[in-house]
Amino acid sequence: MPAHDIVIVGGGGAGLRAAIAIAEAAPSLDVALVSKVYPMRSHTVAAEGGAAAVIRDNDSLDHHAVDTISGGDWLADQAAVEVFVQEAPAEMIRLEHWGCPWSREPDGRVAVRPFGGMKLERTWFAADKTGFHLLHTLFQTSLKYGNITPYDESFVTRLLVADGRCQGVATIELQTGHVDVIAGRAVILCTGGAGRVFPFTTNGAIKTGDGMAMAYRVGVPLKDMEFVQYHPTGLPGTGILITEASRGEGGILVNRDGYRYLQDYDLGTPLDVSDERHPVKKSMELGPRDRLSQAFVKEQQKGRTIPGPYGDVVHLDIRHLGQARIDKKLPFVRELATKYVNIDPVYEPIPVRPVLHYFMGGIDTDVEGATVLPGLYAAGECACVNINGANRLGSNSLTELLVFGARAGKAAAAFAREHPPPDLAQLDKQGVEEQHRLARRFIQKTGGHERIAGLRQEMRDAMESGAGIYRTEAGLQAACDALAALRERFADLQLDDRSLTFNTELTAALELDFMLDVAEAIAHSALARRESRGSHQREDHPERDDDAYLKHTLAFCNGAMPRIDYQEVSITRWPPAERVYGR
Amino acid sequence: MEKIALEVFRYRPEEEQTPTFQTYEVPLHKDWVILDALNYVKDELDGTLSFRHSCRMGVCGSCGMMVNGDAVLSCAAFLTDYRPGPIRVEPLANFPVLRDLVIEMNDFMAKLNRVMPWVVREQEKPVEEGEYLQTPEELMDYKPYAMCINCMLCYAACPVYGLEPEFIGPAAIALAQRYNLDNRDEGNAARMEILSTDEGVWQCTLVGECSTVCPKAVDPAGAIQRYKVASTTAWWKSKLLPWSR
Amino acid sequence: MSHYPRYRQFYPKLYRKRMPIFWWVHKRAHIHFIARELTSVFVALFAVELVLLVRALSEGPAAYAAFLDWLASPLALVLHALAFAMLIFHSVTWFNLAPKALVMRVGKTRVPAWAVAGANYAAWVVVSAVLAWIIL
Ligand SMILES: Cc1cc2nc3c(=O)[nH]c(=O)nc-3n(C[C@H](O)[C@H](O)[C@H](O)COP(=O)(O)OP(=O)(O)OC[C@H]3O[C@@H](n4cnc5c(N)ncnc54)[C@H](O)[C@@H]3O)c2cc1C
Ligand code: SF4
Ligand code: FES
Repeated sequence: MPAHDIVIVGGGGAGLRAAIAIAEAAPSLDVALVSKVYPMRSHTVAAEGGAAAVIRDNDSLDHHAVDTISGGDWLADQAAVEVFVQEAPAEMIRLEHWGCPWSREPDGRVAVRPFGGMKLERTWFAADKTGFHLLHTLFQTSLKYGNITPYDESFVTRLLVADGRCQGVATIELQTGHVDVIAGRAVILCTGGAGRVFPFTTNGAIKTGDGMAMAYRVGVPLKDMEFVQYHPTGLPGTGILITEASRGEGGILVNRDGYRYLQDYDLGTPLDVSDERHPVKKSMELGPRDRLSQAFVKEQQKGRTIPGPYGDVVHLDIRHLGQARIDKKLPFVRELATKYVNIDPVYEPIPVRPVLHYFMGGIDTDVEGATVLPGLYAAGECACVNINGANRLGSNSLTELLVFGARAGKAAAAFAREHPPPDLAQLDKQGVEEQHRLARRFIQKTGGHERIAGLRQEMRDAMESGAGIYRTEAGLQAACDALAALRERFADLQLDDRSLTFNTELTAALELDFMLDVAEAIAHSALARRESRGSHQREDHPERDDDAYLKHTLAFCNGAMPRIDYQEVSITRWPPAERVYGR
Repeated sequence: MEKIALEVFRYRPEEEQTPTFQTYEVPLHKDWVILDALNYVKDELDGTLSFRHSCRMGVCGSCGMMVNGDAVLSCAAFLTDYRPGPIRVEPLANFPVLRDLVIEMNDFMAKLNRVMPWVVREQEKPVEEGEYLQTPEELMDYKPYAMCINCMLCYAACPVYGLEPEFIGPAAIALAQRYNLDNRDEGNAARMEILSTDEGVWQCTLVGECSTVCPKAVDPAGAIQRYKVASTTAWWKSKLLPWSR
Repeated sequence: MSHYPRYRQFYPKLYRKRMPIFWWVHKRAHIHFIARELTSVFVALFAVELVLLVRALSEGPAAYAAFLDWLASPLALVLHALAFAMLIFHSVTWFNLAPKALVMRVGKTRVPAWAVAGANYAAWVVVSAVLAWIIL
């Protein structure tokens, strides 16, 4: 059994940043970087638009904080937001020093672009492949440190707890099927989001909420899970994202009649696209994502959307930007639209619809990334610090990976220094148990009747219809019931594949198992929150209710259904107010 | 619904010594890519088929395969382009096969590491002093080589790599050039010791297929030829002007 | 860090395929490549011929005349025609590849590929013309 000082689960932006932070701050500590895919395959690679950090003289940390807090409908922890905006610029510059190919001004300084819900230009970008460049820069930089030991294509199935402390993980080495324990004095979860719980998503196949579910199972609460973000502009069918930067550069959204419908939903008055002042920040197409996605649904109810083979769409029009600008600033948008919907955005508008994009909620942590379980840390999309509140602003997530990835790394390093090495005997026993569980429940099991694909689709349909953009008591209750039934049927699962070498049917089953837990936490948290705030819109409770619900939801694993509890929101300088866009 | 046949390479090391081909009939949807068809097989027909994939938008680099003999990203190759079929789907050429369409890529990972793909500096600039300046033109000097998604299609297309597995290969050399040409980097000399060896650029006989198959227009063949010129110039310089080092 | 896996108890059983000798016959691009490589034999043959010519010259007028006679024979003419075709192919393929190796800049803009290849062709024409002028 390999033992390290710190075990990081996840090789995306957050995991790599944490690993480098430890390698730099504590070169004597030995880090295991465990990931179910090679690090550069992690879904951070798909992020397009950019990463926010204050850099221009006309901007200020307070502006960034206020945009983030109001964007999150006052559910963000303000103390955490202050830490976030303050550490963001240094993190971005560090990434620049490591070689990130940020887009530049003619004089050589880093360029910034406007983004939805942001008052000023502060989104750093590398054309429209920011996440790709960020991930590869971090990955390549991580290669120079000798004290990071990668475990690529190792699928973590369980967190191991001994003496009230998280001391390692159980893994399947996918290439051999071997089940083993990787022990550590501290564990950091950086496993990303869970978009695959929903049917239409911008998230890749690996985003199945594994870390959230694993933390949940060892008693750590999942925070604010009801807040899931729909991105207003995904391609129909595949869910491939058309970045918000296309609107930041001046793209507009129009309905069936070519009308800029956002003006009907309290998002401001449109300026002509030829007007110098277009696009106006925090207005119309540059409103926050939750409001734009909600406007789509209302527009659909009025019958003013455009029917298509994968449901209704509206049009994202960037033709007026012209080919030169599109090729320079949005080349990937053009590539994706041409390839996947056979539409060249230089000549035709792109059909788009809201698709599930991001989880504001996640494993409950403090600003150091620590969870309530000693020795367990979390960072990135799987964690909830919470800086995003009820709705994340575009381009805050990539920055969050860096700021809180680094913080969790340093905090875990400090914890590891102060604690004794893991109890290998106890861990070994748990590893053997885990191996038996996997064999008994999956690999060697016979006589089951359910197939993964069927259960997975039913789960997604239940989430879409019950816990989508607009929710009701009845719909959520139905989703909860459907999930409970699916959980039972999951026990009757049957796999075709009994081999050990790269058994992707086994991992799909484990991922479905994780997703069912995450789905349950979402549906129950949403059911309990009887108000509308940010991305959580209840048709039966359309108003925000600060008296009853200005607090974080905590979902605890508790047998058949989660136990719901609440936690105070930290309010430092910005008391709750109305969210205003375009006025 | 019109159907199309996939002939898929199967190798299950625990059950068979040599690979076989298995045929699956899949619906021919207009907007399906090969990867959608494989997922359909896995979900509906045969759960034992293994392959790698994630982003299905051509950016994570997981899903490279040989389709009718050509190295492609299976998430970017549409079924309709292969009508009427059958479509032969095999793992990436020139790599050992772990199982079905999954190849072993340890060698590639080791090579990436060898070319020192990070910013090498004698003196790091403190973060407080802000960013390094880099004009858009300086950015464009290396940017095309920074677009590599590590999909390894170029290795699968490179006969030199097939014959001489020691060859560092297209993507890793392009990545070395990405840093060599970056004005923030000072690692040129250190990388030259790796790239100018027999396993480096001089293995390349300029077949040029790496650049043809590259889905991200990285042009690794160009990177290698440019490096040959640079390496030769440096050699002559060191012979003719030994004091200039 | 090294991404080489530390397999612990088990190793995967890999399937490895060797490249067959005739790996290049399946694809046009590969045939083209092999053809380009093979034409270099003819380039070498021209060099050998030049050496033989010099030797004949050094051995006196008789040997030189015999050599010229041989060059005029039908077999030699056919061989030369063939070699000439091969050389053209060789040169053209390499000139077309030249822009890959040479990245030049004028001010801020990169010299386009056709210009680099074109410069090669132009130089070829000029050198040929000069030679033709000297000889004829
Ligand atoms: C299409 C798209 C575009 C986006 N654009 C932007 C943008 O422009 N700006 C912005 O700020 N944000 C953007 N986001 C959001 C942002 O990219 C993500 O929130 C962020 O990348 C998540 O990073 P992460 O490191 O937390 O997780 P990931 O990058 O998802 O990495 C998760 C890691 O965990 C590993 N892992 C998971 N489960 C297991 C397991 N069981 N065992 C072992 N390893 C495991 C995976 O292998 C992977 O390495 C975008 C997101 C998407 C999907
Ligand atoms: S150079 Fe191109 S083909 Fe080769 S790995 Fe990179 S992206 Fe893939
Ligand atoms: S699935 Fe990511 S590149 Fe094809």
